[in-house]
Amino acid sequence: MSSSSFIDIQNLSVGYTSRSQKIIKVLRDVSLTINRGESVGLVGESGSGKSTLALAAMGYFKRGLRALNGSVHFNNINMLGLDHDELQKIRGGNLALIPQNSGQSLTPTMRIGRQIAEALRLHSDLSQTAFDDRIIEILSQVRLPNPAALINRYPHELSGGQQQRVAIAMALAGQPDALLLDEPTTGLDVTTQAHILELLRDLARDRNMAMLYVSHDLGAISRVCDNVVVMYAGEVVLTGSSRQTLLAPKHPYAHGLLTSIPRLKQKELPVALDGRPPMPGEAITGCAFADRCALADDQCRTTSPPLTRLESAESIRCFHHDKIDQLATSSQKVKQRKAARKDTGETTLGLEDLAITYAKSGFLTQFLSNSPPPPATVDNININIEKGETLGLVGESGSGKSTILKTIAGLISPKNGGIILNQDTKLTAKVEDRPSMNLRQIQMIFQNPDDSLNPRHTVAQILAQPLRLYFQLSGKDLHDRSVKLLEQVRLGEHYLSRLPSQLSGGEKQRVAIARAFAAEPEIVLCDEVTSALDVSVQAAVLDLLNVLKKERGTTYIFVSHDLAVVKAISDRVAVLYQGRLCEIGPSDAVYQAPFHPYTDVLLGAVLEPDPDTAPTLSADDVVELSPPAKGCPFQRRCPKKLGEICENQTPPAQTSIQASNQGHVIHCHIPLKELH
Amino acid sequence: MIVMLMRRILLGFITVCLVSIIIFSGIEMLPGDACTQYLGEYQADKELLEQCRKDLDLNRPAHERFREWAGGAMTGDLGMAVDGKTKISTIVGDRVKNSLLLAFCAMLVGIPLALILGIITGLWRDRMPDLVISTLAIFAMTIPEFVSATLLILVFSIWLGWLPGIVLTSASAPISEFFPEILLPVIVLSLVMCAHIMRMVRSSVIDVMSSDYVQMATLKGVPYWQMVFRHALPNALLPAINVVALTIAWLLGGVVVIEVVFNYPGLGRLMIDAISDRDLPVVQSIALIVASIYVCVNLAADLLTMLANPKLRTVYTRK
Repeated sequence: MSSSSFIDIQNLSVGYTSRSQKIIKVLRDVSLTINRGESVGLVGESGSGKSTLALAAMGYFKRGLRALNGSVHFNNINMLGLDHDELQKIRGGNLALIPQNSGQSLTPTMRIGRQIAEALRLHSDLSQTAFDDRIIEILSQVRLPNPAALINRYPHELSGGQQQRVAIAMALAGQPDALLLDEPTTGLDVTTQAHILELLRDLARDRNMAMLYVSHDLGAISRVCDNVVVMYAGEVVLTGSSRQTLLAPKHPYAHGLLTSIPRLKQKELPVALDGRPPMPGEAITGCAFADRCALADDQCRTTSPPLTRLESAESIRCFHHDKIDQLATSSQKVKQRKAARKDTGETTLGLEDLAITYAKSGFLTQFLSNSPPPPATVDNININIEKGETLGLVGESGSGKSTILKTIAGLISPKNGGIILNQDTKLTAKVEDRPSMNLRQIQMIFQNPDDSLNPRHTVAQILAQPLRLYFQLSGKDLHDRSVKLLEQVRLGEHYLSRLPSQLSGGEKQRVAIARAFAAEPEIVLCDEVTSALDVSVQAAVLDLLNVLKKERGTTYIFVSHDLAVVKAISDRVAVLYQGRLCEIGPSDAVYQAPFHPYTDVLLGAVLEPDPDTAPTLSADDVVELSPPAKGCPFQRRCPKKLGEICENQTPPAQTSIQASNQGHVIHCHIPLKELH
Repeated sequence: MIVMLMRRILLGFITVCLVSIIIFSGIEMLPGDACTQYLGEYQADKELLEQCRKDLDLNRPAHERFREWAGGAMTGDLGMAVDGKTKISTIVGDRVKNSLLLAFCAMLVGIPLALILGIITGLWRDRMPDLVISTLAIFAMTIPEFVSATLLILVFSIWLGWLPGIVLTSASAPISEFFPEILLPVIVLSLVMCAHIMRMVRSSVIDVMSSDYVQMATLKGVPYWQMVFRHALPNALLPAINVVALTIAWLLGGVVVIEVVFNYPGLGRLMIDAISDRDLPVVQSIALIVASIYVCVNLAADLLTMLANPKLRTVYTRK
């Protein structure tokens, strides 16, 4: 078959044979075409088959998977009919992959230079002497500082953003005409993500490369892609221009995905998509999305809708694409406002002069090294958190936000300062020395429920632990209480007997939340609790935390690197850099001018799912390993740096004069009125 | 890195010291002493007993004698056997040499074989070569050594008559005289250790082969065997170092059963003999030697892991 498209996938089904000898399809009759120089975004929740499709474009299937029918052509070559040698020539050469997690995709025992040299050797006929120059040239193309020194580094010595750039460099080594990108910025800081996306945009434009960009992040897609393909349960449900799709999606699923994204300019919480997508192999009659769709009727549940091409050049798999407006106007769900906080003025938790350091002060270490100890990781944190308040902590990785949470939880001992509970109790540093009462009052929810739930314990056992420990419940009382907790997190009684491996990511996080609330805590510490979740699930978890707060008046400390998520849930926001406070205040005030220069940089880098906004990159995405010994913590990256004063003097705390912004403090040498 | 190294050596030294204290006090606590043992039925004679204790210096307080023993041990002088005539270092020296010989031969056969088989079974996971080799490995692991030893003697020395079934060479004989008697014990030992290491290598290879970086290498267009040797194996073999070290320590520490079955004059058999003779000074010395071997081999393994793993290596050099 000959076609004009560069990447041409037609009616591809991919599946595996289950233990019961049934063929389970992961992709169902998927077609996708990409022209030379075109960039296409591939969107969907985890499990929708988007990564499988991207890898299939290279003729690669993960262990166990295979193509059942359909065709894959790249540059008019049938990728499914090639032998290993021929595939090797194309992979990494003309068609290159940039993987999701570069930290794990770079071979840990090989130096960076050797890994890129390997790609060069395979896909170019450069002479040995030209290699080093070419490697340095590629590394500078991906805007890595000091490439000559980088060649001799190992992957683990680089930051996440640098690793991602090395992966891009490795892909560029083969001078590809097409790039497949598998969630290339997921897990990176906002500023790093914005920089990488700009780099990819520029590279694609300069070299006229075709790109298939797989992501669950519509913000990233809107920045990089001309067109977008939305997948659901192994099927394509929408293809169209990314502009049209982001402004007015014509498929209910795409609509739901968009409304579940928290946005900076939105006052309300994002609206969650209820339910979960069907598992591969689950019997689907009719439209796969019908169970979660507000427009679904009998026709949807019995007949599978075809992918129809509209006049607007979009293709939609929905019977009711013309009624999409009803979703927006008469939305079945009222947008949730942030739970109002009762202003009690009562301090629940006080952080006084908190300083934390990871530097070991062992006898032998001190004896053998005579360098002065590095500055504390976290220093000079003074925050009073009021009862029923949600305090958001934001900052890039390395800003010390998780460190502060762990110190409050008693997992790390502070070097200096204290944590005061309810104005009168000074908490003991170590969690094992704290009285049971204090333990109950402070609970923590972790980022990744896969790691925080014991995989061998059933949900019942997980919930029973705090109930037994703090309330001595047993027998029927224990059971009833557990069921009630599950109901509060909107899970049914039948979940009690399940193991974490039998739950989806969102369900696991709900169990983790239920476990925290089992202790009837006064303060709940949330450490990036939604970062590992899909956007739709994230919205549901945020909503749940909000409801629980409304019902119980719980105080949250909410750590996240996502500024929009923090805005959606927090009453007050603290911006941290290198373990020092830059700005703190009511969330509306922090997200409005005047800004601390660092807050400005962070907000500028946020990618909104809006084709008409572009991020502004005012500072480099350098990762600093330790804070400066004196002066402002942000001095080395600050785009508005004044001069020596920033290096030598601790910036003053400037208080906002506006009455509505009470308690808004910015630590900066620049006068407030110039910080706009 | 140097700080790390010094810390490990210091820790190893402390471990050996602690072990020597435990051994010494353990033996002190046993009822009777070297003299009651040496004199046997004559110990009823109080005068003789007193004389003997005086000769062997047993009347001084325990801590003084410990200091002397430990001090001697550090310079290689382990004192006298209970008969008061032979130096322990002479008896033990020969045996250490023989144990080393046995261990070295077993390692020479077993480790390369284990690595190769582990890699084969890992790469061909769940297919014919893996199923056959893994099943055999389970047999090699589960059949007790004395059974497999006996079976091999039956087959190779009694039925086929190819190899001598028992070692008759004396402990102090030169190395060359142990061949070919040493071959059967070497085969049995390599079988057992090979099975353990192989299973470890297999699971490590499987892990690494499903890692993101191996997938990435494939999608970069790296040919299969280049991917295996350059990307997969250096990472897969790292965890094997520690298992290999443990096996080596086990081999050096005297493989009692095998030495007894084949009548091999190594440390293990000397230990058994010393225990049944109640030759406490010898038992004490062997225990100390075995402990030191364990500490040294583990230290060497940790060092090797650190050198081979760039993650560990650079952590300690960056600061």
